[in-house]
Amino acid sequence: MHEFTALLRRDTSLMWRKRADAAQPLLFALMVCVMFPLAAGSEPARLAHSAAAVIWVANLLASLLVLDNLYRSDFEDGSLEQLLLAPVPLPVVIASKVAVHWLTTALPVLLITPLLAQMLFLPDAQLPALMLSLLVGSMLMSLIGAMVAALTLGIRRSGMLLALMALPMYVPVLVFGAGSVWSAGQGLPWLGAIWLMSAGLALLLVLAPWAAATALRIALS
Amino acid sequence: MAILCNSRPTFTRFSRLSDCKNAKMAVQFTSTDDPCMPFSDSALIEADALCFSRNELPVFGPLALQVHGGETLMLKGENGSGKTTLLRVLAGLLTPESGSVRICGKPFCRERFVGLAAYIGHRPGHKAELTVTQNLRFSARLHGRDDAVDMRRLVDDCGLAGYEDTQAGKLSAGQNKRLALARLQAQGRRLWLMDEPYANLDLAGIDWVNRLVQNHVASGGGALISTHGAYAAPEVPVRLMEITRSAAHA
Repeated sequence: MHEFTALLRRDTSLMWRKRADAAQPLLFALMVCVMFPLAAGSEPARLAHSAAAVIWVANLLASLLVLDNLYRSDFEDGSLEQLLLAPVPLPVVIASKVAVHWLTTALPVLLITPLLAQMLFLPDAQLPALMLSLLVGSMLMSLIGAMVAALTLGIRRSGMLLALMALPMYVPVLVFGAGSVWSAGQGLPWLGAIWLMSAGLALLLVLAPWAAATALRIALS
Repeated sequence: MAILCNSRPTFTRFSRLSDCKNAKMAVQFTSTDDPCMPFSDSALIEADALCFSRNELPVFGPLALQVHGGETLMLKGENGSGKTTLLRVLAGLLTPESGSVRICGKPFCRERFVGLAAYIGHRPGHKAELTVTQNLRFSARLHGRDDAVDMRRLVDDCGLAGYEDTQAGKLSAGQNKRLALARLQAQGRRLWLMDEPYANLDLAGIDWVNRLVQNHVASGGGALISTHGAYAAPEVPVRLMEITRSAAHA
């Protein structure tokens, strides 16, 4: 636990030093939501119709944007080797990295989502479903991303490959997440899809750090 | 498969601790996670018929080596002869093609290695964005030695006094090496695997590394140092091993 907090503190102070990088997903999501009405026309009814979908896709792509940074700098300066040889289980190291990554890149986007929703005239009734589905969904995407980023770490300039590998796994998250918001818009019960995503989250919280640790060992050898 | 392994002592042994000028700096080892405590006769690390191939091209091997407590093994070889690869195999970062590595006489496993040894590679291993003190403190915390390490003394000793709050990325290559070596001390392990510890260091720095190793070895530790040669070895029992490119490379 002592080591875990040390890791958390290190990664948060690193993120603070590189806060311009960490702000990328936030700016990306904001830009998508600013540009979309320019392209689709500013008619509130039309925007409201696709608001949830746009916000969800913006979130998903924003999370892809910084995924490669998760281990890359530690890999390049040899810190990852040191973490591998530290008396801390590798899954714990990965869990702390994913936690910091989620807190610094996904949470800010989540926090400005109500603003994005206002910009796109999202009906108020859909906002709770949107927030809840994004909360669970962004955690899921961070955990899936941790596994995929570990797999592609050994390859230089792996950004495109990373996206190609991660997107198919993001699809179910997107379908259930955006689906729950759509159900809320139709006045249907929408919690079912979120429960299902939460079940997936419980599973990945346990399995993903171990899977990522194995992938990381393979990538480093 | 041209591996030359001569294990003749190149420096005369000298009596422990009493001859050591800086005995006060002797390292205190953490006994709790050291798999070799209490002191046993078996080598800290030993390898037997170790071979490694990359993409079916042999890199080195088969070779055998042993590092006991209280001695240094110098691994000499040209650039590209497989020194770094050998150290990484011994550290368990790479899987050997054949042969075995034993830690204190027991088969290799990550927990045993981690409790016994510390490794510094040719890359810094610390963060350029963090300050010298932050990097050192993190290293000590990660190894559960937050209380055991005197940060002030460590920074002074490695010659980085005055740079405590400087980001490591703003230090020179040699100063980064010094920081890496200070980290090695902060970890407080009995076996040091050092990959080119002399690289980028000035003459005073090389002397300092030799003194570090000397103190470490005098207090019962072992060191495995890879170098491409041309540096004065520490005045401790040193065995020399030469490693050359496998035939397939030539």
